[in-house]
Amino acid sequence: MVEKYKKQYGSGLEAQSYLGQNYFTVDRSLIPDFLKLLRDDEQFDYCVDITATHYPKREKQFDVFWILYSFARNERIRVKTQIADGESLPSSFPIWPTADWLEREVFDMFGIKFDGHPCLKRILLPDGWQGFPLRKDYGILQQDKEWVQINLGIESGQ
Amino acid sequence: MIDSFLSYLGSTVPPANAGNQLWVLIYVLIIFAAVSLTVMWLINWVERKALAHFQVRLGPMRVGPHGLLQPFADALKLMLKEDIIPDQADKAVFWFAPVIGLLAAFTVYIVIPFGPSQAVSDMNIGILFMLGVSSLGVLGIVTAGWASNSHYPLMGALRSSAQMVSYEVAMGLAVVSAILMTSLNPSGTGTLSMIGIVEAQQQQGIWFLFKFFPLGLIAFVIFAIAMVAETNRAPFDLPEAESELTAGFHTEYSGLRWSLFMLAEYAAMMAVSSIAVTMWLGGWLRPFPNLMHGPTWDFIFSLFPGLSFVAFAAFAFIGTVRMPKHSYFKIQTVGLGIFGLVLAFIALILLVISIGGYVAQAHATTGPSPTGLLKALATFNEGIGYVYWFLLKVTIFMYLFIWYRATWPRYRFDQLMKIGWKVMLPVSLGALIATAIVGVIVK
Amino acid sequence: MNELKDKSLPHEVSPSNLGSSNLDLDTPDKPYLDSNELIINMGPQHPATHGVLRVILKLDGEKVLGTECVIGYLHRGVEKIAENRTYTMFNPYVDRMDYVAAVSNGLGYCQAVEKLLNIEAPPRANYIRVILTELNRLASHQIWLGTHALDIGAMTPLFYTFRDREEILKIFEKYCGARLTTHAFRIGGCQYELYNGFEKDVKNFLSFFPPKMDEYEALLTGNRIWIDRTKNVGMLSAKDAIALGVTGPMLRASGVKWDIRKAIPYANYKDFDFEVPIGQNGDTYDRYLVRMQEMRQSCRIIEQAVNGIPEGPIMAKVPKVIKPPVGEIYHSIEAPKGELGYFIVSDGSTQPYRVRVRPPSFVNLQALDTMVKGQLVADVVAVIGTIDIVLGEVDR
Repeated sequence: MVEKYKKQYGSGLEAQSYLGQNYFTVDRSLIPDFLKLLRDDEQFDYCVDITATHYPKREKQFDVFWILYSFARNERIRVKTQIADGESLPSSFPIWPTADWLEREVFDMFGIKFDGHPCLKRILLPDGWQGFPLRKDYGILQQDKEWVQINLGIESGQ
Repeated sequence: MIDSFLSYLGSTVPPANAGNQLWVLIYVLIIFAAVSLTVMWLINWVERKALAHFQVRLGPMRVGPHGLLQPFADALKLMLKEDIIPDQADKAVFWFAPVIGLLAAFTVYIVIPFGPSQAVSDMNIGILFMLGVSSLGVLGIVTAGWASNSHYPLMGALRSSAQMVSYEVAMGLAVVSAILMTSLNPSGTGTLSMIGIVEAQQQQGIWFLFKFFPLGLIAFVIFAIAMVAETNRAPFDLPEAESELTAGFHTEYSGLRWSLFMLAEYAAMMAVSSIAVTMWLGGWLRPFPNLMHGPTWDFIFSLFPGLSFVAFAAFAFIGTVRMPKHSYFKIQTVGLGIFGLVLAFIALILLVISIGGYVAQAHATTGPSPTGLLKALATFNEGIGYVYWFLLKVTIFMYLFIWYRATWPRYRFDQLMKIGWKVMLPVSLGALIATAIVGVIVK
Repeated sequence: MNELKDKSLPHEVSPSNLGSSNLDLDTPDKPYLDSNELIINMGPQHPATHGVLRVILKLDGEKVLGTECVIGYLHRGVEKIAENRTYTMFNPYVDRMDYVAAVSNGLGYCQAVEKLLNIEAPPRANYIRVILTELNRLASHQIWLGTHALDIGAMTPLFYTFRDREEILKIFEKYCGARLTTHAFRIGGCQYELYNGFEKDVKNFLSFFPPKMDEYEALLTGNRIWIDRTKNVGMLSAKDAIALGVTGPMLRASGVKWDIRKAIPYANYKDFDFEVPIGQNGDTYDRYLVRMQEMRQSCRIIEQAVNGIPEGPIMAKVPKVIKPPVGEIYHSIEAPKGELGYFIVSDGSTQPYRVRVRPPSFVNLQALDTMVKGQLVADVVAVIGTIDIVLGEVDR
């Protein structure tokens, strides 16, 4: 399988394995098509998770992961891509309806927008929240200090 | 007035029929006192304790020994609560709604026959009166939901009233089939009077439950299910359940007003149980009057009231003995002991009355009719016997209500209506027609 | 606290900011009696305590046209916290997510980190882990049964299940000191050795429990009212279930025979012989049956495990300071609610770079809309109960 796709996509795709878990690192341009291919041709019909990681010092700051599983092959793979801050990704909602809330959470926590998502709004945090908590530049105590200062008029004791 | 008081004694008809206003008043007061105070206390306590024991817990234990005073504490608390009336509510109707419900529930007690003359009035349309007046309870619910001026109670009230109305149809048809059976009397005429129905069962020598087996049973079962739905009890309590969206017609009622609704519900439960007992279970008749007849059997059965109270007193004493021996429990132990003594005293009086009745009976067969004390004892004996058997059967039904509530989940509203219209109505119609056919054939 | 109401939060939270997903709530207020559609809010506070979940329903009379779940009331930022704690320090936080089945959470996390470190827990530790996790599955399913029955109106099973759950919690308390948030496992194995009498307690429980299950079944399984309330309610076809990413007993009730304990075994589940119950229709009644069967199968597993606990160490050789090499790992277990996954990214330091928890209840709750469309309002409560969500896990 790996060879087939490497031939198809050339340098846009890399297959690696770490500790027995296989993952593809793909270019952002490949994204909706490659995922659709995985679902249709390789029977990865169950999208386990969609998540992201933030590397602030890199040029392409975000790593976005899709973790997929195939019932027929009993195999789990990851698809990983890198995007820059402000870039948006096409939504996987048309491919797997699971992506609905999973992508909303990624947007909520990281600020990564997904084009084509039916309703991309915050899910865990209140709607008017400013800031994206899971980014590395969002301090864990910053929230507390600000809120306490504004609402209680004192310095936070943390 | 003394004449009025004395002239009624020894009468064989209910006071209203005897035209004795004083005794009507006395009976009404007794019924109100009994129903409001004793029965509500007992039913509330039994419900909480029985439900708790079904659910592997103890129930109220602190307020009074074994929680016996809990209903009083609840009533007191509810009376002292702040009376909240929603701002936009229709104040007059808001005030009046529980009153309607209560009046409807209590007015039916006029015709409930605790014995052949132990009723306030023996109307010759007794059962019609009961069914009609208890239907007025629906009005109370709808006005309560309306007056609250909030859409959740309104939806709950409408659902509740729809449910009650649909099950009244099945109830009515079941009752009609029992009434048809009364016309199989030797006298040849049927009757709608409550006392007349029980007397018909007595004359025909069979409870209508067993008559034309299984037709009587089917009608009884239909009525038993419909009466649970009529009183909005589990498993038909969707309109007043908490975990559903619409929180019921009594959402906006607090404190005493809410407790009036609960009182009306319990009173309605008793009223429909009384109908069931009168129609099918022989009212005040003791079990096995044909099989076990004769003075000795009568005597044995007349001992039952006294023996029941002996059993209650025994439970109270056992409870007293088993109380924890700790200073905090002194008051409860003493209280329970006194309660047991009171019960034992009542048991003693009842036993004396039944023995006296037997002695009077024995004298009557062997010598001149007894007079004075023995005669009074004999009358009391009979009267107490009637009331006891009636109340025993009604209590069994009330226990069944509680049992249903503990055991079963509740029906969804559309399933409830489906059962009422698509299952109960055809079955009760069928039973009615079958009863009529069989009755004509037998005649 | 009253002054807080006047000041606004630093991040503009305005309650009218509901937005819409598929509900079209941005229409001006119409008096409810005029329109055919009614928007009803099942507020964050429920009598049937599933946690703080808000469901906005769009109704046409009694029929549900659409739902929208508003979650996040219990969001505590567990994933953010993980980035500021060392691996060992993060272990207790994991229990607090699905607080009803805390042991499973701990198992998943510890195994994920062990995978990163490339170490294996010793066999004795695996046996202990399996026994405690299966006991936890029983406890979690009992809460589910009690609250689900209560939602539908049967009050008594709640008390029965909580009474029986007490026995399990007693065992947990004797083992690790805590009943609910147990923190039972450590990275590399278990910290506590089995106490004297553990096997006896577990065997007593195993003889005590199956008759209780028969009690629950007697009350509910054949009950006409229960069947009427749960059959054909909340249907989820197998195709929909897979597409929506639903896992756990919900997926199995829709007919897909998939259990991570059998498909991708972990912690010596291979050694045990048990069945995976599946349903046919994917309705609430099937989910009920599947979970009841799962409880019985868990008893089977515990029996096999407790009869053969090997001797040996309970902790593998783990370095004092846990610094996994750079890399990413995804590990998932079959939690009582579904597939609980941990995606850990390590950058070589003592603190994880990113811990992502894939919560089963979160993904399962998405399916609520599909399951409830076209059903009646009274079914919404039943369906929420049958998804078996724990808000701690949904919101983290």
